[in-house]
Amino acid sequence: MKFHDLTIQEIRQKLRSGVLTSVELTQACLARIKATDDRLNAFITVCEEEALAAAAVADQQLAAGDTGLLTGIPVAVKDIFNTLDIRTTCGSKILANYVSPYDATVVAKLRQQGAVIVGKLNMDEFAMGSSSENSAAGVVRNPWDTERVPGGSSGGSAAAVAAGQVVATLGTDTGGSVRQPASHCGVVGLKPTYGRVSRYGVVAYASSLDQVGPVAGNVEDCALMLGVVAGYDPADSTSVDCPVPDYLENLKDGVAGKKIGLPKEYFIAGLDPDIKRAVEAAIETYRQLGAEIVEVSLPHTDYSVACYYLIAMAEASSNLARYDGVRFGLRKDIGKGLTGMYQQTRTAGFGDEVKRRIMLGTYALSSGYYDAYYLKAQKVRTLIRHDFLAVFEQVDLLLTPVAPTPAFKIGEMVNDPLQMYLSDIFTVPINLAGTCGLSLPCGLSAGGLPIGLQLIGKPFAEADILQAAYAFEQATDWNARVPKL
Amino acid sequence: MNSRYEVVIGLEVHVQLTTKTKIFCGCSTGFGQSPNSQTCPVCLGLPGALPVLNRQVVDDAIKAGLATNCQIAPDSIFARKNYFYPDLPKGYQISQFELPICEHGWLDIETEGSGKKRLGITRIHMEEDAGKLLHNEDNSSSVDLNRACTPLLEVVSEPDMRSSEEAIAYLKQLHQIVVYLGICDGNLEEGSFRCDANVSIRPWGQKELGTRSELKNLNSFRYIKQAIEYEVERQIDVIDAGEKVVQETRLFDPDAGVSRSMRGKEEAHDYRYFPDPDLLPLQVSADWVEQVRSSLPELSAAKLQRYQDEMGLPVYDAGVISADRQLAEYFEALVEQYNQPKICSNWVMGEVLGALKEKNLTIDQCPVSPELLAGILQRIDDNTISGKIAKTVFEEIWQNGKTADQVIEEKGLKQVTDTGEIEAIVAAVIAANPGQVAEYRAGKEKLMGFFVGQVMQASKGKANPGMANALLKKKLTEM
Repeated sequence: MKFHDLTIQEIRQKLRSGVLTSVELTQACLARIKATDDRLNAFITVCEEEALAAAAVADQQLAAGDTGLLTGIPVAVKDIFNTLDIRTTCGSKILANYVSPYDATVVAKLRQQGAVIVGKLNMDEFAMGSSSENSAAGVVRNPWDTERVPGGSSGGSAAAVAAGQVVATLGTDTGGSVRQPASHCGVVGLKPTYGRVSRYGVVAYASSLDQVGPVAGNVEDCALMLGVVAGYDPADSTSVDCPVPDYLENLKDGVAGKKIGLPKEYFIAGLDPDIKRAVEAAIETYRQLGAEIVEVSLPHTDYSVACYYLIAMAEASSNLARYDGVRFGLRKDIGKGLTGMYQQTRTAGFGDEVKRRIMLGTYALSSGYYDAYYLKAQKVRTLIRHDFLAVFEQVDLLLTPVAPTPAFKIGEMVNDPLQMYLSDIFTVPINLAGTCGLSLPCGLSAGGLPIGLQLIGKPFAEADILQAAYAFEQATDWNARVPKL
Repeated sequence: MNSRYEVVIGLEVHVQLTTKTKIFCGCSTGFGQSPNSQTCPVCLGLPGALPVLNRQVVDDAIKAGLATNCQIAPDSIFARKNYFYPDLPKGYQISQFELPICEHGWLDIETEGSGKKRLGITRIHMEEDAGKLLHNEDNSSSVDLNRACTPLLEVVSEPDMRSSEEAIAYLKQLHQIVVYLGICDGNLEEGSFRCDANVSIRPWGQKELGTRSELKNLNSFRYIKQAIEYEVERQIDVIDAGEKVVQETRLFDPDAGVSRSMRGKEEAHDYRYFPDPDLLPLQVSADWVEQVRSSLPELSAAKLQRYQDEMGLPVYDAGVISADRQLAEYFEALVEQYNQPKICSNWVMGEVLGALKEKNLTIDQCPVSPELLAGILQRIDDNTISGKIAKTVFEEIWQNGKTADQVIEEKGLKQVTDTGEIEAIVAAVIAANPGQVAEYRAGKEKLMGFFVGQVMQASKGKANPGMANALLKKKLTEM
C-alpha cells in the first residue's frame, strides 16, 4: 500500500474506521524497508517482530476506541535515542551491542501515544557529521540519487521518510542535523527551541546545542509529531516548563500580515544558483501570500561556524569520556593495564571524525587555551543570540536557505572536514541562538535534487514557523514530489 | 615552633552529606548495601542520562556557609572536572569551580600556642562523590558505584594555619559545626569527613609562600597531626640539605608514620573544567537564604557564650556541654525542668557522663531522661532526699526507668526530718560512744564528723544531715 500522499491524521481516520489495520500498515512499511533499504541503508536495526506485536496491540486498542495521537502509526527513531530492549548503537562500534535499560523520554512519549516503532535509523557516529557517511553501520544513501549523501547527521531519519519506509521519524539537531538532511531529502524537518523537548535518554553529543526534532512528509505531520514529543521533563534540567500549544490548531491561519526577515548575511555571493533561484521564488510566494518581506542583519553570522565547532567539540570531548570500556559497550583489553584498556577501547571503538572532535574539544578546554577558545566562543555565542533576539523585535520570522548546496556526492568531502563543517553555515546559528528552525522543500535543482527552505522562529514560537511552512506547502507543489526509487 | 621556618597550612575538607538521596538522582545514599544495588542510569553514567540537582544538598550547603560566616552566592555554577578513572562513571565529576555557592567565610579558633585566631575559609562548594574500587585477589578490580553521585561539600580554607595544633583546632571546630548542623555524621574512619592538607614552610619574614605538598589519606585527627608534623620535618630536611621542595601529592601511611610521593606536578591532571551544560546556573534567592538561616540550630560557639553569660556556668562546664549538640540538648531540657544550671551541669558532667562512659553509651541512649533527672534534683531541693541518696536513686532509675518519687517510695529512701526521731538516734549514738563524747567535750571538735557519720549510719542515710548536725551539737554541749 502507498501512504506517501496521506497525512497522519488521514491514516488515523482509516485505522479508526477499520478500512486499514495497523498490522497491514506496519507490514507495508516493513515490506518497503525490505525493498529499498539495501540501496539506502537508512536503518541500523529493523525490529520486525516487536513492531508487528506492537501493531497488533494497537489494532486492539483502536477497536476499543483508543484515541492516542499515533496509535498504530509506524515510525522510527534515530539510533541516538535510548530504547528499552532495542539496541542503541549511536552509529558507533563502541556501542555496537549496547541495549539500554530505559526508554528516552521522547520514545516513551511516542509509545504512550500508541506509535509502532519499527526500528532505529542510521546516522553519523554520535551525531558528528553532515553527510551520514561517518557511521559504523555504513554510509546512508539519498533516495533521490543513491550516489549522493542524504545529509547528516540524521540522514537515516530523513531518507526513511523520503523513501516512504515509515510515516515519520525523530532525529536530533545539534548544528543542523535534522534540517539539513530534511532539505537534502525533500522532507520536512524541525529543530525546536532548546528546552522545548526533553533530552533525557538522548545520547549526548553537545549538550548545550542538542535538541530532538521530528522529520515528516508534510508540515501537518511534523506539527503533530512535535506536539507528541514536546514538553517539560523533570528529568532534564534544561527542559523548559512552558505550556505546549496545540500545533495543529492554528496551522492554517496563513501568513498575511506577517513580517518575514531576510538576513542579508545568508544571501551571500557564491550561493549555489539553483538554491538562490528556489529561495527567491519562495520569497515571492510568501509576498503573494500577503507577508511583508524585509531585509535584516545578523552581524555575527560569520563567526557562527567557528563558534559552533569549538563549543560542540569541547562538550563532546567530555560527553564521550564515559565510553571507557568499564561499564558497558565495547571493551578491548590485552592486559596493558588500565590506561591500555582505555586506549585500546577508544581507539578501536571510535571512528575518525569522533576522534578528531574529541581531540579538538580536549584541546579547546585545556589549561592555557580555555580562555582563547572555549570562553571566547561562549562570548561570541551570546552575541549571536543577541543578534537573533534583536531581529525578532523587528520581524516575526526569518527566511533563509538551509544548505549552501544540494546533496553532494558520497565521498566528495570526506577528506576535507573543514569544507564539510562550512556546509553547516546556515543552520548552526539557530542552535547557538537556542531558537527554532524548520526546513521544508521549496524546489529542485537542475539535477533534480531537492532544495530546502529554512524558516526561523522566535524562541518557543514553533507554531509560527509551522504556520508559515503550511501556507507555503499549500501554495506550492514541491512537497508532492517524491523520489523514484 | 621552629626557630628558622614558619609553617603554612591550608586544609581542604570533604564533608559527606547525610541526605536521603544522591545529589543528582533519586538513588538512596544508604551505607553498606550490596555493590551497585543503589544505582540508576544517572549515577551509572549511562548514555543519555542527565543530572537533576537535589534541593536538600543546596539547603545543606547554605547551612554550612552560614555557620562558617560565608557569603552565599546568588548565582553559582556547576562545572565538570574531567579525568578518567574506573570509579568515575561519566569520565567527569560534577563539581563547582569558578562560581561556588559559598565564599569568604571564617572560623575563630583558640589554641594554647597562639590563643584566639580567625582563620579564613576561601570557599565551600557542592560536588558528587566517586564510586569505590575493590581490588580482587586475581589482580583484577571491581567497581562499586553505590557511593557514586552521593553529595559532598568541599570546604577550602585559606593558608592561614601556622601549626598542626591550629590545623587540628580548625578541623575540630568545622567537624563540630557540620555535625551540629545535622548535615554530616562526622565519621572520619568511614570517610564522612575527609581532609587533605596543603603544607609548606618558609623562612620567617618571607612573604611568598614556599612550595607546597598536598597530603592525602588523613582519616583521623591524630593522623592529620602526625602527617603535618612529619611533612614539616621532611621539608626542613630537604631545604637544609640544599635541595628544593617539589610540588607534589603525598599519601600518608599511618602504620609507618610517613608519607610517600603519589604524583608530582608534571603528572598533575589538567581537569579541563567547564560549566556543565546539563545543569542550569543555580540561583539562590535572598528568601531562600533567610529560610535556611531561620532553620539553623544554635551552634556550639553561641551556646558556649550563652551558658556563661545567661546561666552563669564556668567556662569549663560550658565548654564540655556545648561541644556535643545532643549533650547540650539534654542539658537544656534538664534546665528547662530544673532551673539551676550549675547543679544541672554538675549532674550532667558527673553522674550522667560517668555512667554513659562506664556503659559505653552515647547521650541519646541515656536511660535517665532529662525529665527523670529533674525529678531527682527537685527531691533534693525539697529535702525529701539527700544528695547522697540521690545518687542511689539515679542508679535505680538507670536500671528500671521509674520516676524519682516511685523509687524513693518503693525503697523507703525518704529523708528523716522528724526532730523526735533524729533526737532518739542522736541520744543512742551519744550513749553508745562515751569515750568519744569525753574527747569531744575536752575540745576535740573534729569528732563532730564521726558523730554525724554514726547518726547517718544508724538512720541508713536517711537522717537529714543538717538536722543531725544541729541536734548533736546541742546535746553534746548541753551535757
